[in-house]
Amino acid sequence: MSTSAAVATAAPAEQYNYDIVKKFSIMALVWGVLGMLAGVYIASELAWPFLNFNTPEITFGRLRPVHTTLVIFGFGGSALFATSYYIVQRTCQARLWGGKWLPEFTFWGWQVGVGGGAILYMLGFTQGREYAEFVWQLDLAITVVWVAYFLVFTMTLRNRSQPHIYVANWFFMSFILAVALLHIFNNLAVPVSITSLHSYSLFSGVQDAMTQWWYGHNAVGFFLTAAFLGMMYYFVPKQAGRPVYSYRLSIVHFWALSFLYMWAGTHHLHWTAIPDWTSTLAATFSILLLLPSWGGMINGIMTLSGAWEKLRTDPIMLFLITALAFYGMSTFEGPMMSLKSVNALSHYTDWTVGHVHSGALGWVAMVSMGSMYHMVPRLWGTTIYSLKLIYVHFWLATIGIVLYIASLWVAGIGQGLMLRAFDEYGNLAYTFIETVTFMHLPYVVRAIGGMFFLAGMLLMVYNLYMTIVGARRTVGVNAPAAAVAHG
Amino acid sequence: MITDVFAWLGDLGNSKQLSLVIFFVTFVAIVLYVFTGKKRKERLESYKNIPFLDDDEGRPVSKDNQGNKNP
Repeated sequence: MSTSAAVATAAPAEQYNYDIVKKFSIMALVWGVLGMLAGVYIASELAWPFLNFNTPEITFGRLRPVHTTLVIFGFGGSALFATSYYIVQRTCQARLWGGKWLPEFTFWGWQVGVGGGAILYMLGFTQGREYAEFVWQLDLAITVVWVAYFLVFTMTLRNRSQPHIYVANWFFMSFILAVALLHIFNNLAVPVSITSLHSYSLFSGVQDAMTQWWYGHNAVGFFLTAAFLGMMYYFVPKQAGRPVYSYRLSIVHFWALSFLYMWAGTHHLHWTAIPDWTSTLAATFSILLLLPSWGGMINGIMTLSGAWEKLRTDPIMLFLITALAFYGMSTFEGPMMSLKSVNALSHYTDWTVGHVHSGALGWVAMVSMGSMYHMVPRLWGTTIYSLKLIYVHFWLATIGIVLYIASLWVAGIGQGLMLRAFDEYGNLAYTFIETVTFMHLPYVVRAIGGMFFLAGMLLMVYNLYMTIVGARRTVGVNAPAAAVAHG
Repeated sequence: MITDVFAWLGDLGNSKQLSLVIFFVTFVAIVLYVFTGKKRKERLESYKNIPFLDDDEGRPVSKDNQGNKNP
């Protein structure tokens, strides 16, 4: 490899396949609204149980996987497909491989998988594996879609005009490979019959639990972290108008994260029947993970070094940098919670739920939103409809997150302390129902926090809808001018 | 002697120690590779400009803030 990156010429925008990026972007917004609506509804059910309405399809147990699937795989997944297809084309200066058909197949396959899964959960069909509730037929279908995604992405990399593969693509590649591994092995199962939606896991007992949390934690590591770091390494420099702070640090960030993440999953199973050494190993690697996580966060934030005034003038930059701040916060909180002594208090409480949402809302959703605000106007060759609405969205989202995680810190830590309290005779100091009563107010605040976040999301959809509509009008009025400006 | 080494390597019970050594040595090698050599430093850091090689001609401005080119 040489420094020829600096002399490569820009490819014309027309050579890129933006059609598929647009489709995934729109569906990310659709699933985002539906998934967050489901989240707000189930949070409200916990605060006001009458909302169950004695209807099984909308009870917490069935809607909860609908919420997680729609926000993780629907919103997050579609945003990742969109941005990875956008970034790989622009940093490789090559058109997406697979012609029109194969990227389209990944789009329809993914949407049918997510939508079909959600409907089946409401009807009561689930594998019962957290974040992997899809029935076995959908698991097989998703595997085929993922192989197609792998082919489209890697073949585009092979066809690149650049001698070097930009680091964002490394993160996307590790995401694609790791998720393939996780999905296949976690979902190994024996169907009851070929026509049945039910199946039994190939694993049992402790092995089943460890496989589940090897999957669960690394889904967080490679789906919700590595892939969104790929997003960050492209959109933060682009939006800041300056290259990433240190490219070498990004390389070490990538390899350290890849080496360390796979070992940490068992910290979800502290104080259970697993061998003690696996617990210690997981906690140790979780603490080590703090180094690459904060290295990456510092690398992203320091990209703004010398241009901090952008935080006053650019609401998209606010989204991206705040996302990195939440990434830093949740990757500090996570290792801390993985310590056995802290975990003894935090596990089985709502502190964990709050922690997950500081990462999911603060990091994943906000970096996706910032990226979408950057990307959508460029895809449609136009300008954003309203910057003011982005500011309003930012504050709605931030206030929502703060309400959410602060209320669940109170709920979770209080719950943990109450569950562990003993009186002078060694009896439990509180009954279970007393902990539930204690948590009612934080649950109300949490639901309100979710409503704030959802309101921001709706505002984003309106803003981007008006942006796209405006672009179409512009194209109708002055097609040649619109075609020139945006690559 | 060699047979003993192969027997040790072939024992699945030793996989944890072996993988730890392999991963650690590889990671240290990567860190040394990345942070040594002046020419290599320049080459690696030049790659940070890749996202700007096919830059947009104009950065979008909002309709309600036409004067602000930052976003």
